[in-house]
Amino acid sequence: MPEFSTLLAQVFTGLVLGMIYVLLAIGLSLIFGLMTVVNFAHGALFMLGAYFGVFLLTYTKSFWVALIVAPLMVGVLGLLMERFLIRRLYGRSPDDPLLLTFGLSLILVEGVKVFWGKIGLTLDPPRALAGAVDLGFMAFPAYRLFLIAIIVAVLVGLYLFLGRTNIGLIIRAGSRDPLMVRALGIDLGRVWLVVFGIGAALAGLAGILAGPMRGAYAEMGVTMVIESFVVIVVGGMGSLLGAVVAGLLIGQVVGLTTLFIPKAADIMVFLVMAVVLLVRPSGLFGEAGLLE
Amino acid sequence: MDRRSFLATTAAGAAALSFPAILRAQSKDPLRIGCPLPLTGPFAALAADMQRGAQLAEEQLNAAGGVMGRKVEVLFRDDQLKPAVGAQRTKELIENDKAQFIVGGLAAHVQMAINEQTKKSKVLYISTSQSDEISAKPDTSPITFHEALNPTITCRVMGKWAAENLGKKWWIVYADYAWGKQCNMVLQEALQKAGGTLLGATPYPLGSAEFSAHLPKIQAAKPDVFMNVAPGADNIALHKQVISFGMKKTMKMAQPLLWISYLKEGGAELYQDVHGAINWYWELQDSIPSAKKFVDASMKKFNVPPGDYGAYSYSGVLEVARGVELAKSTDAEAVASALRKSPAYDHFKGKQWWRACDNKSFQDLWIVKGRDKAKGDWGLMDVVTKVGANEEYDRTCKEKGLA
Repeated sequence: MPEFSTLLAQVFTGLVLGMIYVLLAIGLSLIFGLMTVVNFAHGALFMLGAYFGVFLLTYTKSFWVALIVAPLMVGVLGLLMERFLIRRLYGRSPDDPLLLTFGLSLILVEGVKVFWGKIGLTLDPPRALAGAVDLGFMAFPAYRLFLIAIIVAVLVGLYLFLGRTNIGLIIRAGSRDPLMVRALGIDLGRVWLVVFGIGAALAGLAGILAGPMRGAYAEMGVTMVIESFVVIVVGGMGSLLGAVVAGLLIGQVVGLTTLFIPKAADIMVFLVMAVVLLVRPSGLFGEAGLLE
Repeated sequence: MDRRSFLATTAAGAAALSFPAILRAQSKDPLRIGCPLPLTGPFAALAADMQRGAQLAEEQLNAAGGVMGRKVEVLFRDDQLKPAVGAQRTKELIENDKAQFIVGGLAAHVQMAINEQTKKSKVLYISTSQSDEISAKPDTSPITFHEALNPTITCRVMGKWAAENLGKKWWIVYADYAWGKQCNMVLQEALQKAGGTLLGATPYPLGSAEFSAHLPKIQAAKPDVFMNVAPGADNIALHKQVISFGMKKTMKMAQPLLWISYLKEGGAELYQDVHGAINWYWELQDSIPSAKKFVDASMKKFNVPPGDYGAYSYSGVLEVARGVELAKSTDAEAVASALRKSPAYDHFKGKQWWRACDNKSFQDLWIVKGRDKAKGDWGLMDVVTKVGANEEYDRTCKEKGLA
């Protein structure tokens, strides 16, 4: 049995890792929950966030400018994707947008290779966040602590946006009963456009934030999209609260399995997913019937 | 005949007289060499280097009149780092594209799949992947050659050097697949032999980008040496995260292999003071004539110096050519025995030789470290010491089941 301080360090590392999973999954969850579209291009948008980040960092020399502008650029791309492609598939089976976005992700990944080359790029954290902070029980990356702040801000912002604003009200109503909302004379197309744009921007934000930890390369979205899917399937497709709880849960599962049986860390994640699906087929916080 | 066609004919005639070798080379079917590489995915940077190496060899051979008067054509295919795809591409290269030789393969598990195909089709294969099995029973064959170093050699040499020079208490993090597992085993043996202590060894799945869950217990164990056995893009992510946890300040960073492609991708600062073994580094051109020739050619054509793995594929293609010229035949068995009969060669790093009993290439290697301040774009490493070629670093043919 490891010492208490090691265990504490592991649990804390797992907690922050869980927060990162939440960040990766939140855009995917948002789009699915409100539009019932499984956005397979989420990983590619994540990757684009990192690449746009490197690009902006090279030209502006400011991580902070890149941090704000790169997600906006990915968000605009998301708006275009929704407006000109995904919009045509509403009302069809959920497979159709899934195939479309999967195809889009292939195009985006190959496009990045054509434009930036097959070799990955470097994205460094800002100087102030480069080192480790002594927490008493362990030295921990300052950058990961900074991520917690960002993730909490994003979650609070989303909560207020969806719960307290008029457009948030319309978005929520539209996801419950689109027909009735339309009958009230509201243009749901514009609402979905905004939601898709926000979801894409969140993927882009996750991408630029992941760059300093993982590097930026064209296939970086592949593992990320798997991690994200596990999180939103466990949490319940489309539930934001579910994504948060599941992200934190998966973080602990990975952290503790790595401490005791490192070989099994990956399998354990899928084991947890299988068990959750057996007990609660629509995930921890999912509404039944969303995908039928 | 009008003036224009007269000029064209005489120009062509003059060209034919001045470049007879080239014309002869083009008059017959080209000699096709298939080259499967993971051109996409986490090894893309290394694969791009290998593609350049093989292209240089192709160009140099053709400029010198081809091989036995035939033009050389190297055909590249993307194996996507997947054994099944590597096998399929190799099969297509041999059956559809009529490749008579295969040179390449980077990831050990994909290389094994390539080798299965070449053995089945009786095509000579020169592997450029780090692998122990490729030159041992039951996988090797009389027409399977191995140009690259292997985990046993690299990890014995690096393990011994690191234990003697960096510290005796280690933690190893290794990718849970062929190369990583072999290397982990050999490193542990080398550490034990040198009287060191292993504090822990943790596997992770190849292709991971997230290592934070591995780090707290390593931090708590306080090893002298952090041994990073993660290849490709994983290597960069692991270094980034180890540094962010403040562990580079308290531990020495070592890895069995350094790759210039990843030093370039990850940046000089990331690899500062990271020690590793390497099969070749372009600044060796100051002391090795064949290296100088190779570097010059690469700078001229691509404006980048060749990397460690590019050197393997360059040498591999040139060895096919040498074998064909020696055997005066493209028959796999004939070329193989010709290479075994005249085993010594020097294409880029000084003398190398094929050991007759296992078709393994023996060669010098170097211990290098990430340079504090990069010189130019590619001056990223300092050479620490040279370790001369020695068959004793590898397992004996008897140990490989080949006696």
